[in-house]
Amino acid sequence: MRTFASRHPIWTAIIAALILAFVWSLFAIWPKGLIEVMGRKKTFVQAVFHGITLGGVYFLVASGFTLIFGLMRNVNLAHGSLFLLGGYIGFEIADATGYWLLAFPAAFIVSAAFGLLLQIFVFRRMEGDDLRQTLVTIGISVVAADIMRWIFGSLTTSIPTPSWLFGSMQTFFISTVKRSGDLVYITYPIARSVIFLAAVVIGIGMWLVLNRTRIGMMIRAGVDDRDMLSATGARIQIVFMGVFAFGAGLAGMAGVAVGTFTGLTPGDDIKFLLTSLVVVIVGGMGSIPGAAIGALLIGLSEQVGSIYLQSYSIVLTFLIMVVVLAFRPQGLLGRS
Amino acid sequence: MAVTDTRHGERQSYILGAWIERVPVIYWALALLLLIMPLFTGEYILGTFIPRIFMLGMVALSLTFLAGYGGMVSLIQMTIAGMAGYMVAIFGSSEITALSLSWPWYVAVPLAIVISVLFATLTGWISVRTEGIYTIMITLAIASAFYYFTLQNYEIFGGQQGINGVHPPELFGVKWQNPMPFYYLTLFWAVLSYLSVLYISRSPFGLALQGARDNSRRMAALGFNVTAHRVAAYAFAALIAAIGGLLLTWDSGRIDPERAGIGPVINILIIAVIGGLRRPIGPFIGAVIFAILETYAADALGSLGFDRERKDLLIGLIFVIIVFWSPDGILGLWDRWKENWGRDPLTGMRRDGK
Repeated sequence: MRTFASRHPIWTAIIAALILAFVWSLFAIWPKGLIEVMGRKKTFVQAVFHGITLGGVYFLVASGFTLIFGLMRNVNLAHGSLFLLGGYIGFEIADATGYWLLAFPAAFIVSAAFGLLLQIFVFRRMEGDDLRQTLVTIGISVVAADIMRWIFGSLTTSIPTPSWLFGSMQTFFISTVKRSGDLVYITYPIARSVIFLAAVVIGIGMWLVLNRTRIGMMIRAGVDDRDMLSATGARIQIVFMGVFAFGAGLAGMAGVAVGTFTGLTPGDDIKFLLTSLVVVIVGGMGSIPGAAIGALLIGLSEQVGSIYLQSYSIVLTFLIMVVVLAFRPQGLLGRS
Repeated sequence: MAVTDTRHGERQSYILGAWIERVPVIYWALALLLLIMPLFTGEYILGTFIPRIFMLGMVALSLTFLAGYGGMVSLIQMTIAGMAGYMVAIFGSSEITALSLSWPWYVAVPLAIVISVLFATLTGWISVRTEGIYTIMITLAIASAFYYFTLQNYEIFGGQQGINGVHPPELFGVKWQNPMPFYYLTLFWAVLSYLSVLYISRSPFGLALQGARDNSRRMAALGFNVTAHRVAAYAFAALIAAIGGLLLTWDSGRIDPERAGIGPVINILIIAVIGGLRRPIGPFIGAVIFAILETYAADALGSLGFDRERKDLLIGLIFVIIVFWSPDGILGLWDRWKENWGRDPLTGMRRDGK
């Protein structure tokens, strides 16, 4: 960060100014001229909130993907299937027991178990053979998608939101000022805020584990030089299995979160796989902070873009990817 | 002078004779069979089933060219085909007069192909900045962006309904969408693209491309512009894919997002890999297998007492099994079988003494 600032002072200034303008637009009471150009502040801020929450979910899916890729060079294109599977399992559990919170550990465990099977029966057999891994996992995702369509049907499956998460809460962001001088605050659904907070907690937890524990040290060493790590006597296959299971489990939990927000439909597996691909390409392969930044960027551009650009918002996402690839092919925080 | 001329002519006819002799008999038999196909096939097989093999084979051939000779597994080939279909529907004529410009075909068709090739060149330029597995991911991301864009955009691409009533021009007074003309049309373009890939792969450009696939650093040190070769390969592959896409659009008479969606994009990969990425005949073999599965798998499942809906499951399983056992597809299996067959199991020596 500091080296970037001293090397590119102008770019740093531009980025800082943009961030400041963004923060100002969130907190300030918008003047008339800005409302004429950008529409009502409420729409904008709500789109930003939605984008950030969506970014949180994208982070859950993409961080598992990027961790698995960074450590093992395994390209798991069945990651989306693990996501969808977790969502469906979460629905079944929440439906059967009536406890929404129980859906998360159940989805985590089942997706992690399937991830372990993938690692043991597929990836370990073709280590280092990128193309074959990709092809086999694409095939597996096609098969898995059809089996899930068979079992869970092709309609939208929604996980019911528990009663204590119903409704909206008031935030401290000001929407407008009434004639009487009262301030109108922006409200936001509690469920989304809770899920976003959970994503942040998981993200910080992951960062702490990676940077402050012995296991994290082994994982980071594995990302840098896998052969050297195994030469020092670390049980690398066990580390691999653990990381794979954890990444798969995260995807499963994200499935429950999405199932609660919007419901799950067949085809969501591909949709979220692709989004996490874009997130990871933008953020940099194998970098957890990169995945966080990428997820935020993509989530925000999708939501804010859908307000100001309507059907062209996908082009914005695409443009972000192209610009990053053109200037930094290894991604924002990736290592070349 | 006259003497040398005759000799020159003799030599030419000798070369031609040697060339004809060099082509295996089975190729001549196949060519003859393809030419007289209308004599003994029904309307459905002739006008729908076999053209589908040729068209899917062409799009998959463009992937085989990039992957086999260039080492770049690009998943945008079906998107380029879809782009060509959309462009011919927008610039040419269709039933949706609000979207189509209704320009004559001799403007619309070349324009569609040029735009598709430009699009592919741009994508190629982006994706050659990275290598290997990243290429797959980036092209998959671009393909999906195109799909979601066409799905949401109603002003240009007609949204979910797409554009229907797109028919081939009535050239030479022939109604090209009729079974027999369409069969010969697709046959012509499939053979032409097959031969052009074969030719390009043996040309200096193709050899340099294969060199860049095997060792890009060494090729760069030899003075070849590796990036330019790769981008040019994308452009050439796009030409084949775009023609395939035009034919696919004319075949169904319409273009909509699902025709270039994620499913078809992955199907092209399945076709190319099932057939084998090593030789340009691979995608056509893959397309034959895929078309048979696509058309008859549901019936086969039904007659065996399974749910007819589980056709994707069967196709996916067959794909996984083939990739698991033979990464080089059917052609790889064939090569291995031939190699084993030619070897004495006791001594491990080759039977033909080589």
